[in-house]
Amino acid sequence: MAKFKGAVVVNTERCKGCDLCVVACPYDVLSLSKDANSKGLNFSYMSTPDNCIGCMACATVCPDACITVYKVRNDQ
Amino acid sequence: MNIADIINPANLVYEKTKVMNDVPMHYCPGCSHGVVHKIVGEIIEEMGIQDKTIGVAPVGCAVFAYKYLDIDWQQAAHGRAPAVATGIKRLLPDRYVFTYQGDGDLAAIGTAETIHACNRGENIAIIFINNGIYGMTGGQMAPTTLKGMKSSTSPNGREVSLAGHPLNISELLAKLEGTCYVTRQAVHTVAAVKKCKRAIQKALENSMENKGTSIVEVVSTCSSGWKMTPADSNNWMVDNMFPEYPMGDLKNI
Repeated sequence: MAKFKGAVVVNTERCKGCDLCVVACPYDVLSLSKDANSKGLNFSYMSTPDNCIGCMACATVCPDACITVYKVRNDQ
Repeated sequence: MNIADIINPANLVYEKTKVMNDVPMHYCPGCSHGVVHKIVGEIIEEMGIQDKTIGVAPVGCAVFAYKYLDIDWQQAAHGRAPAVATGIKRLLPDRYVFTYQGDGDLAAIGTAETIHACNRGENIAIIFINNGIYGMTGGQMAPTTLKGMKSSTSPNGREVSLAGHPLNISELLAKLEGTCYVTRQAVHTVAAVKKCKRAIQKALENSMENKGTSIVEVVSTCSSGWKMTPADSNNWMVDNMFPEYPMGDLKNI
């Protein structure tokens, strides 16, 4: 089991669905939603949240800075 | 542990930097400009120089940079950002002055200003976004367009006999005595973003040490201009742009 457990919050109104976070995520946590935001863009969401370790790869490459990352130690 | 317990301010490890304004950016999905803006904002926040930084915005997509980063900005005429930055830095030597320019701005219309500011060794940092085309105006051929690369004004690819060779302006600037740091970076992967962030930080620090001009070229994508998805653009950049514009430091004194 991974040492850390993470979670991301995507600002769905700001997300433009560019897919870069989905490509950057090393654990395939994120996917593009089938739903669209008010601009008609398919935003990113955590499709397999259990895999997230809070590595911040998605947030680092996000061009619109719309991802916030939270992380905890697994033994807590 | 469920997600609701993890999402708690105490567990926060990454959020949008406070130096960036809370407004949506006008850039296309996946644009490299957004990543570079974000890392510039993070550096300014980490160095605590928000009140002491003056940016000079170019003409091009990044013309609205003043909306996104909460620092002092001056808008320059097309290509003239290094000349304007020269004036600002000479009058206010205690400020961190940087220009943020595209390839059409820095390598085409502003070639004279760029070369002479670097040759004089002005203590400014130049962030140079090189995506190989004029992105804002509709993907026309720029001096940095690759051989055979299609653009809206070279639909069959750039012909060297007609349009000349791609201009590798960073290598040109590295040969000038006025420059102290010339590096070429990219922001397509997590590792590249971190390296680029260190490079821009070093360029800003150099501007305070009277060492000369620092140039950070960021080889970027323009998914709308290249007519590809953002992920495909990154792959295309690695396969085609990097052989012509190799990553790494060209000069570091």
